[in-house]
Order: sequence, then C-alpha cells, then structure tokens
Amino acid sequence: MLEFWTDYVWPVLVVLAQSVLLLVILLIAVAYIIYADRKIWAAVQLRRGPNVVGPWGLLQSFADLLKFVLKEPVIPSGANKGLFLLAPFVTCVLALAAWAVIPVNEGWVIANINVGILYIFAISSLGVYGIIMAGWASNSKYPFLAALRSAAQMVSYEVSIGFVIVTVLLCVGSLNLSEIVDAQDGKYGMFNWFWLPLLPMFVIFFVSALAETNRPPFDLVEAESELVAGFMVEYGSTPYMMLMLGEYVAIATMCALGTIMFLGGWLAPFPVAPFTWVPGVIWFTLKCLFMFFLFAMAKAIVPRYRYDQLMRLGWKVFLPISLAMVVIVAGVLQFTGLAPK
Amino acid sequence: MSELLLDYLPLVIFIAVAMAIGAALLVVPFLVAYKQPDPEKLSAYECGFNAFDDARMKFDVRFYLVAILFIIFDLEVSFLFPWAVAFGELGLFGFWSMMVFLGVLTVGFIYEWRKGALEWD
Repeated sequence: MLEFWTDYVWPVLVVLAQSVLLLVILLIAVAYIIYADRKIWAAVQLRRGPNVVGPWGLLQSFADLLKFVLKEPVIPSGANKGLFLLAPFVTCVLALAAWAVIPVNEGWVIANINVGILYIFAISSLGVYGIIMAGWASNSKYPFLAALRSAAQMVSYEVSIGFVIVTVLLCVGSLNLSEIVDAQDGKYGMFNWFWLPLLPMFVIFFVSALAETNRPPFDLVEAESELVAGFMVEYGSTPYMMLMLGEYVAIATMCALGTIMFLGGWLAPFPVAPFTWVPGVIWFTLKCLFMFFLFAMAKAIVPRYRYDQLMRLGWKVFLPISLAMVVIVAGVLQFTGLAPK
Repeated sequence: MSELLLDYLPLVIFIAVAMAIGAALLVVPFLVAYKQPDPEKLSAYECGFNAFDDARMKFDVRFYLVAILFIIFDLEVSFLFPWAVAFGELGLFGFWSMMVFLGVLTVGFIYEWRKGALEWD
C-alpha cells in the first residue's frame, strides 16, 4: 500500500501541482503581456493606453476578464453549435499544451520528453484547426473567408519554421529542448548562442512566427478594414476571450521557442560572476520579454501586408532561402568537422 | 513506474489541467451571464442587411493548391528531422544522399514556380 502511494499517487500529485502552478503563472503572464502590448502600442502612437483600472492600468486585463464572463454568450442560429463552441476550446487548450515541454530553467520542465521540439511543431500545426473550425462553424461570410485565408497563411509559414528548426537540430543533434539550450553553453556567453551563427534563420524564424500567430503585419485573418474581425466576427463573451487567449499564449510560446533555439534559453549572457548569480528563470523571462517587445514593435511600426505579398514572401523568399540554409549549414558542419557526435 | 510512463504521464496531466481550465472558462458565462436572445441578435452578421443564403460558398482553387504544396514540404521537413538529429553519425554518405533528395525536391519546386502555382493576382 505504501509502495503504491510513493510510486504512483505522490508523483502524480507533484506533477499536478506543478502543472497548475505553471498554467496559473502563464495565464497571469499573458494578462500582463496583453497589457504591455497595449501600452507599447499606445506609447508609439503618443497615447497613454489603459491607465484607469488599478495603478497605471495594471489591473486592466483582469477587468476585461470580468467583463467577458458577464457578457451574454450569443450563438448564431445558423451556426453548428457544437463546433462553434469547440473551436475556442481547441485553440486555447492546444496553445496552453505546448508549454508542457518548455524548460524555463535547467530541469524546470513539466515533461522532459526527448522529442520536445517535434511535439511543439505538431501542436502548433494543430492550431490552425481551431481557426478553421471557428470560421466554418459560424456559417457567416466573413469568418468563412478569414478561415480560408488563415489556413493558407499558417501552413505556408509553417514550412519555413520547419526548415529553421532543422538547421538548429543540425547544430545540436537532439530534439530535446533542454539539450538545445545546453548546446549553446560556452565560454563566450551570448556569442555562443545560435542567433549569431544562424542569424538569417533567426530573422526568418521571427518573421514566420509573426505570420504563424496572425500578428500584425500579417493579421490578414482579422483585417478590420476588409473582414471586420475575421473568424471571430460571430464570437462574444468568453468564447471570444478564449480565441484571443489562445492567440496570445501562442505568441508567448513562439517567444519562448525563439529564446530556447536562438537566445540560449536560461543561460546568462556573459558566463562571469555578477551575471551567473541571477537565476536562470529570470534570464529566460527577460529574453522572452525581449522577443515579445520585438513582436509588439512590429505591430506598432509595420503596415499590414497585402495577401499576395504575404504568400509571395512565404513561398518565394523564405522557402528558397531556408532550404538553401539547410544545405549550407549541413555542408559547413560536414566539411569542417563541427557536426555534433 | 516505467520509463515511458514517467516521460509522458506529466504531458497527459498537463493537458488535462489545461482542458479543465478551458472548459471552466467556456462554461462560466452560460451559468452567470444575463441571456435574452432574439432572432435579430442570433442572425449571422452582414453589413446592415439580412444574410441572403448559406455562407459556405465556392472558393478559389488556389487555397487548395497551397494545402497540397504544404503537405509535400511539411512531409519533407518531417523527413529531415531524424536526419538532422543523427547528422554527426551519418558521415559523408548520409550527407550526399540527403543532398540528392533535396536536389530532386528543388527541381519540383522550380517546376511549380515556373508553372505559376505560387502566383496570387
């Protein structure tokens, strides 16, 4: 009996507690990155942004949560009710599920599986289903058009993200996310991280991540001027909130993935005393916030792409470049003997 | 517990917790929010007039084409993953066989480009 307790029940309880803790921290973090997004956007346009609820508007996202919960949930009469409600659920749960394998510090990961990056790649591919289901189930014209656009856009940029991941894997020789970070550890600190040798891939990853998460300048899925709000037109109340939540969690995942693959995860930027005293999780958070700041600045500065330009960039620019980079990186590693054994 | 279970059970538990949070968020407004449906409120959104017909209409075949191209390239990426992981141990033969494969793929890519499959006008 005691053995059953120590071998099965206790580990499950520990993991359960860790999962709840990570998800709660993640959701609170998302509440604040939404706030940061609005503040940065406002600052670029010389506005104040949210500043009424709480000191400096810090409680704005929680007030929004309360508002969404108290709104009347409307399900259009022509919609497929089951799918209509399943879509935000799928979007939200899939976005959250990716965080199970992300190491925020050495050993601080819920599931340290050895196919971590493949898992994230698979989960982010499934994200497109939420949007297609939302667009189709609404049975309305704008959501339908948005779902088509979004499906084509997301799958196009997924190909280049796939090639970017392959080049990183060539330099690491493992699919485990913690080992990807360990491979970037070295005596030159931040100059050992992959952003420097794989700089073109870092740029491609960043732009593809913007397109993959439907962020401006690639937010054609919800282009207000043509599709009103895209696939979310018919949604209100918490189903709408869950679609937005899924989107922001996906952005956080992309920031974390960029941090792990190119910015050295939890490693300190310089491997000397004052920097190594800071816990890894702080460095990880700072790097994620830096990535998110880039996302927010892209939203504030760059005008929206046209759809044909978007597809041209994905298929005719990023795909050939990333394919060529796979060949170049593999060739360099092969002929200089730097390939990881 | 077995090795496999130790690796993947946390994943299942994490997804279950995420589903619980998602389900709770989805259900709450149906329990607490004020509801007063009427036919106008429940009709599909159009700019000011009634919806004329079913919204699931014909669409451009190019979306379908993009999906097919995606399947080819995504399969190829999945094919590259194990090669990239084992790259250090494969040696020169492994390197050149993948280069030949990528060369064949590039020929296909150039063909579809010249055919105009990537044009949006």
